[in-house]
Amino acid sequence: MILFDQVSKRYPGGNEALSNVNFHLRQGEMAFLTGHSGAGKSTLLKLIALIERTTTGNVIIGGKNLHKVSRHTLPYLRRNMGIIFQDYQLLYDRTVFDNVALPLIISGFSSREVKKRVHAALDKVGLLRYEKKYPVTLSGGEQQRVSIARAVVNKPALLLADEPTGNLDPDLSLEIMNLFMAFNQVGVTVLIATHDIPLIKQLDKRIVHLEHGQLLTVEEN
Amino acid sequence: MAGQSSGTESQVQLRQLRPSFSSRFKEFFIRHLQVFFYSLGLLSRTPFSTLLTAASLGIALALPAGLYVILDHAKQLSGDFDSINQISLFMKQDVSTQAIERLQKKLNAWPEIAQVKHIDRAAALKEFQENSGFGDALKALKANPLPHLLIVYPSLTHNEPEQINRLLADLKKLPEVDLVQLDIQWLQRLYAIIHIAQRGIFIIGALLALAVLLIIGNTIRLAIENRRSEIVVMKLIGATDSFIRRPFLYTGFWYGLFGSLIAILLVNLSLLMISNPLTHLSSLYNNSKLFSLGLMGVNTSLTLLVSGCVLGWLGARMAVGRHLKEIEPK
Repeated sequence: MILFDQVSKRYPGGNEALSNVNFHLRQGEMAFLTGHSGAGKSTLLKLIALIERTTTGNVIIGGKNLHKVSRHTLPYLRRNMGIIFQDYQLLYDRTVFDNVALPLIISGFSSREVKKRVHAALDKVGLLRYEKKYPVTLSGGEQQRVSIARAVVNKPALLLADEPTGNLDPDLSLEIMNLFMAFNQVGVTVLIATHDIPLIKQLDKRIVHLEHGQLLTVEEN
Repeated sequence: MAGQSSGTESQVQLRQLRPSFSSRFKEFFIRHLQVFFYSLGLLSRTPFSTLLTAASLGIALALPAGLYVILDHAKQLSGDFDSINQISLFMKQDVSTQAIERLQKKLNAWPEIAQVKHIDRAAALKEFQENSGFGDALKALKANPLPHLLIVYPSLTHNEPEQINRLLADLKKLPEVDLVQLDIQWLQRLYAIIHIAQRGIFIIGALLALAVLLIIGNTIRLAIENRRSEIVVMKLIGATDSFIRRPFLYTGFWYGLFGSLIAILLVNLSLLMISNPLTHLSSLYNNSKLFSLGLMGVNTSLTLLVSGCVLGWLGARMAVGRHLKEIEPK
């Protein structure tokens, strides 16, 4: 599903964020990406989501080499990914329902279908009763669950999360991780960047460790 | 897992999760309608700044529109342009009626002539007797002193001053013709003045259209800046550029529409304000209809509305095209 082939990323100014990374995440697999701040976790995720482009090497997502994805086809590629951020990236002038509905509206689903799918997604994250509320009135954990609902609402093949529990306490963090596990169980490929080592040690999933832009250990389970 | 990888993985990527074409086609219109009203809703949230922008657009549009209306009326004031361009051909006395009819047919075939009217000398005398008040005096004449008269109307494609001059020269060469008459100097001057006025209005119009583009472009640029984070989120969840662009384009359209409505209002108000003193001036000429402006015509109003909307859309398109590319997820 995700294949990194000798990938390096150098930012303007000479800072090498990733150097010669080889990494394969199979379809339906779930893995955690760990490492200190600045180790290149975010950069790796950004290369997958095409927020950044590689300096050298190839990133292949679902059989598609990202070098060949143009500016024009980029949005269609991103519709196959659900992306989750530490700071949720919700739109605060819209209700929970409208936030979650956004990916479906972008893809041009009918209003009936939008309603059905948004309700299903909100139900999965346990927030159906909040659909008419505005995100600011929700707690951090709830806002993160809204952003997860938005990420999964159009049933993407791949879920990417950048420090999804970074702002949450341990109980909430475990709750969020369990949600990701549940999506993985129904076949979604999941890649999560986190530095919450104690939490992910409990979860019995593959851990990919980055240090100074290099892939150090790949712990297979 | 590994066994199924190569085949299914590429399939996974191709799964676009797109609804059927017919459903998308229907949805396309529904989305446009939604964005149409959504953008209007956004503007109504900030009524004061919307009004300010629309008013500045209105003033910019009202100036050339108002000048155009005045020029249009000035044209009507100077009479029908067709009738100004008529050339009188006075025939030599010895030319027979048949010869004149032949000449009339011949002239009618010229491409630069729209129509040739024959005024028979006998009919002309009769009309003159009836209308001039010299009836009895004219009856005393033994012979009809009036010549045959052909009135030539140049065709609309040939009524520029130089073309008329050329036609006049050609007509003078005809052997049957005694005198060719046209107050060409007066016509030339009028044309020159109207040309200058038209050119002036064109320049003012072009400059103010540019101003409208800049005002709308700047307003949309600010709107884009205000919604930067929203645009980033939209891009991250796979919105195409055209999807993100759409509400801004409709916003530009609304500004253009409101601006031109205000312009129509301003022009008509100004016309109403002028109308009273103008009627007074007309009454001094003993002709109440000599100078009358009335209100802006339907065609002019529609043209103004359409150009306002197009300019609004265009200004937004230019701003969005420039600034949307700069906003990318980091």
